[in-house]
Amino acid sequence: MKHIKTINGSTLKDSMKTGGCGECQTSCQSACKTSCTVANQSCQKN
Amino acid sequence: MIHKFTLFGTNIVVDTNSGAVHVFDDVAYDILDYYKEYNKEGIEDKLRGKYSKQQVEEALEEISALEKDGLLYSKDTYDEYALKGHLSAWSKNIKALCLHVSHDCNLRCKYCFASTGNFGGERTVMTPEIGKRSIDFLIKESGNRRNLEIDFFGGEPLLNFSTVVEVVEYAKKRGEEAGKRFKFTITTNALLLNEEIKNYINANMHNVVLSIDGRKETNDRMRYRVDGSGTYEDIMPVIKSVAESRNQDNYYVRGTYTRHNLDFSRDVLHLADEGFKQISVEPVVAAKGTGYDLREEDLDVLYKEYERLAEEYVNRREKGRGFNFFHFMIDLGQGPCLSKRLGGCGSGHEYMAVTPEGDIYPCHQFVGMKEFKMGNVREGFLNREIQELFKRSNVYAKQDCRECWAKFYCSGGCAANAYQFNGDINVPYKIGCALEKKRVECALWIKTRE
Ligand code: SF4
Ligand code: SF4
Repeated sequence: MKHIKTINGSTLKDSMKTGGCGECQTSCQSACKTSCTVANQSCQKN
Repeated sequence: MIHKFTLFGTNIVVDTNSGAVHVFDDVAYDILDYYKEYNKEGIEDKLRGKYSKQQVEEALEEISALEKDGLLYSKDTYDEYALKGHLSAWSKNIKALCLHVSHDCNLRCKYCFASTGNFGGERTVMTPEIGKRSIDFLIKESGNRRNLEIDFFGGEPLLNFSTVVEVVEYAKKRGEEAGKRFKFTITTNALLLNEEIKNYINANMHNVVLSIDGRKETNDRMRYRVDGSGTYEDIMPVIKSVAESRNQDNYYVRGTYTRHNLDFSRDVLHLADEGFKQISVEPVVAAKGTGYDLREEDLDVLYKEYERLAEEYVNRREKGRGFNFFHFMIDLGQGPCLSKRLGGCGSGHEYMAVTPEGDIYPCHQFVGMKEFKMGNVREGFLNREIQELFKRSNVYAKQDCRECWAKFYCSGGCAANAYQFNGDINVPYKIGCALEKKRVECALWIKTRE
């Protein structure tokens, strides 16, 4: 494409099929104790 | 739903429901203003004089192709998943506890949500016995989950370090028997952190959160001892040595910014200048009238600060002097699954806090609010109604979040903030949302520079 550069595809939809095991880290625990951004957490399966 | 914004000349377009992120050139970006309302001729008409017909045609084709591939204006198909699938998959199992081993503190930080260490109650410490019952409780309530977390919190947990050690050793032993793997973390102000404690932490703790706010004047204004003296000079060398001893990894220096230091990017950069590689500095959560609470009128200044920080973040990274800022780290490709993004922080249903007396609350921020008491580790009793309330509080249960472009990055915000400001865990705190969205924009821009 000339006008558009895609830097990330449809990752969210894909995770619907595999996710939900619940083994990942709790969000607030991991760093900060007052806020929550889950997008920087990683999946235990990866 | 899409969200578009321009930062430092880069046009970024987020397709919320697919998770796709694109960089658009100016023609394509401008077309989006008319794309859904006008046909091809209409759009050409609107942009005549600004771009050539051919440019518009080409860009338009690319946009349509993305839409067809489900990478732009993709449908929200998660509603049902959120209500059915998500809720059953995300069971009632608990996976993390925050142990308030000491409701006492050697500091009197002005903004402390623990009301200067005692959470509005007596100044007490947790006995090893209560700590061990907490471990038993977690193992019992964790069902088939293998990975469990314990965070030692306070007040100041180093005021009761003997309990910390006893509980860690007990959990390791019990975990082995029960087939569970424990990860330990500790949050400390570092004042009592000596060599011996440091070695124990390094040998046993997966993460350590070290509190410091940034520049000396910023830190000492809010973080002082009982006698009023600031802590910066004493804690800085200690915190540095902890960071170094952990090879600048698996720790965070954690600061809070308030209305007194709206130029907080300087505090973050100060910490980076001091050599720290893992930094988290966050907005204060304070009630109106305290004088240091963040207000709507501060937002523009704060947006500029995040931008300034993002620019310098990339700048330093390119020069090989990069650092991690917690809120700028987004994992686009391998991030958490949808269930996690819907469920958010997990407070009250998979994560809970335990007081020195063994009382259970939805999370550390709810401790002491009697209406949220869920039980006590000695009785192993759990108020399932409160747990259910928190479990249901996913992104789709909150009107504001359903309609928010950042929902799958943010995952619905902090329930405690929502409750403190709006009296309802399902109505997010507005200023928090504004800042969260700005941070996500900056984080996405940083991604475009990789
Ligand atoms: S809490 Fe605020 S920023 Fe986060 S998803 Fe909800 S509305 Fe959006
Ligand atoms: S409610 Fe807020 S403070 Fe409590 S665990 Fe969730 S994000 Fe953290």
